[in-house]
Amino acid sequence: MSKKRRNRIELPIGPQHPSLKEPATFWITLEGEKVVNAVIGVGYNHRGLEKACESRNYIQNLYLIERVCGICSHTHSTAFCQGIEELAGITIPRRAAYIRVIVAELERLHSHLLWLGVAAHEIGFDTMFMYTWRDREKVLDILAEVCGNRVNYGINTIGGVRRDVDEEMLGNMSNVADELENQIKYYLDLALTETTLSARLAGVGKLSREDALRFGVVGPVARSAGIADDIRVKEPYAAYSEIPVNPVTDTNADVLGRTVVRIKEMLESLNIIRFCIKNLPDGDIAVKAPLRIPAGEVISRTEAPRGENIHYIRSNGTDMPDRVRVRAPSEANWRGVKHMLEGGYLADVPITIAAIDPCYSCTDRAIVIDSGSGTEVMDWQRLRQYSIDWYKKQGINVSDVKIPERKYY
Amino acid sequence: MLLSLFKILVFPGLIFLAVYALLCEYIDRKVYARLQNRMGPPWYQPLADFLKLLGKETIIPADANRSMFQILPVISLSSVAAAFIYVPVLGASAVYSFEGDLIVVLYLLTIPTMCEFLGGWYSRSVYSTIGSVRTLTQMFAYEVPLFMALLAPALIAKTWSVTGMTSFYSEHPLYVLFNIPAFLTALIAVQGKLERAPFDSPEAETEIVSGALVEYSGKLLALFRMSMDCELVVMASLISAIFLPFMTGIVILDFILYFAKTLAVLLVLTLMRAAMARLRVDQMVNFCWRLLTPAAIVQIILDLVIRGWLVI
Repeated sequence: MSKKRRNRIELPIGPQHPSLKEPATFWITLEGEKVVNAVIGVGYNHRGLEKACESRNYIQNLYLIERVCGICSHTHSTAFCQGIEELAGITIPRRAAYIRVIVAELERLHSHLLWLGVAAHEIGFDTMFMYTWRDREKVLDILAEVCGNRVNYGINTIGGVRRDVDEEMLGNMSNVADELENQIKYYLDLALTETTLSARLAGVGKLSREDALRFGVVGPVARSAGIADDIRVKEPYAAYSEIPVNPVTDTNADVLGRTVVRIKEMLESLNIIRFCIKNLPDGDIAVKAPLRIPAGEVISRTEAPRGENIHYIRSNGTDMPDRVRVRAPSEANWRGVKHMLEGGYLADVPITIAAIDPCYSCTDRAIVIDSGSGTEVMDWQRLRQYSIDWYKKQGINVSDVKIPERKYY
Repeated sequence: MLLSLFKILVFPGLIFLAVYALLCEYIDRKVYARLQNRMGPPWYQPLADFLKLLGKETIIPADANRSMFQILPVISLSSVAAAFIYVPVLGASAVYSFEGDLIVVLYLLTIPTMCEFLGGWYSRSVYSTIGSVRTLTQMFAYEVPLFMALLAPALIAKTWSVTGMTSFYSEHPLYVLFNIPAFLTALIAVQGKLERAPFDSPEAETEIVSGALVEYSGKLLALFRMSMDCELVVMASLISAIFLPFMTGIVILDFILYFAKTLAVLLVLTLMRAAMARLRVDQMVNFCWRLLTPAAIVQIILDLVIRGWLVI
């Protein structure tokens, strides 16, 4: 054992490292080129957004929530707006719902194209990186035309959207959709046939269906393991109940699967955008919303490019929320990364991490680990035993209460 | 005496090699960029990079072995320059040649790789250690097929000198056709030797920053980079001398032909770099031993058979 330990190398990746565009630490323990242990440290980017929301009114919070994530800003503001609309009992106009869908799908397109480029760069395929980012510019141009901004779109408002689309924009959009379709099909072909790509992607970062359920991963990571989990289908929001959406799944459960799922999702997004352009209803784009939101609490879910995005909002009847909680998709996906990394090669570490499309600043929370003052971490069994013992001391015997098996689906 | 010094140091020796190396780096980068739908650097960029690095502070890690750390880039560059003397540039004959100089050239071309390995090893950084181990692992994979591929044509030419081989094949150009498998093997193996994609795992920037040379900076890094660029030119010249030995007999035309041949080799290498993802080092070793080495062995058997025919 001791001889084995001597052969181990501890390699720090991050918090500052050329392959990481955002700060996080990965302490990788290596035996030769094999990863035997990985310790993941996130939390360098905690900004206290949730707390900041509590001291601002709902309109101000819109701007704050939009900045939870730099890439998928629209999905966060959609989740926040539709939560408040539910609390206030507002139904948004159909045209507004369709515009929200269009922007959401354009956002998915640009996020997945960005991811594809980053993934290609991580495995040293810079040509594909340059190609995808060139195509992403087309999407960003359309977003700038529709929303006025390239990344923080600011199109959502409580009660609808702030800008209308006109015929010219829709025409440009369908032109770009046609151009992109060819390119995306080419990338799909490349991912499936190029030998060096499949050599680097297939079998890397395996997360089986069982493990995916155990760690509770979401989005393309779960869908690549065959879990058809898509909020757009399961709990349609905005205009998704009127739009045909086919959730894309794959059975590879590895990085190749995640790549294929994301590329096919882009094709699906193009179809949704085309459907919206064709069936865009006429009418208003927003209804008036009250400044004070009735007391209550709500959970609002959307399908972000990276997976399921959950917002919890509690209102106390004033113009400021009592509590806002954002569960960004990356927060769920981090759990599985350690499992994916261990047993793999060092060369596959960057692509495995990149394959969950991590978004650091959406995820980072302030975590206090107080190891000095006798606190300890209990697992589920010990916690249960502890509570049984605690109640026994009070004279109540709960040990024969049957707990139903935890079911995921 | 003076003429020899001029040949070794200026033309077609060190200065010519350095200038052509910078030009090749520019062409490599520009073509790579155009293949990726980018603009690419201006023509003076490699020179500007080199001069900039010369003017920068050289930092030597506290744990590193100072003398080794400083002398390795110089050894690397000088061995590449020494190898270039035995490679034909003007016409079919090199500046100097003797029977067996092919072995010497290959030996001298191994030194830069070893220097890189030792440089990484003496840097005492965890990234450079992993990078240098990968450099060495990769060397054991490509070295055998590369050497066999370059030595196989010598069997037909019945000489171990690069100049001799070039003049033999330029007199019998059709024999070149027998060596096509070795030509392809050498092109792929050279990509591994020069640590370019898909065999660039020793300097994979997304995992180990830049591999063995991560602690190098300033003048020392400039020398290392120059020696890599020169290695590219020497390898391209060697391959075109052995596998594309077509001559006209007119000095100026041959000189132009030399550029055309080396640039063609360079373009193939650039295309390979642009079209593929980086292989893991274990995949690279597998590829070299399972495909390249058998291909080179087949070539040697083929050349031995042909040599037998020629004797009759």
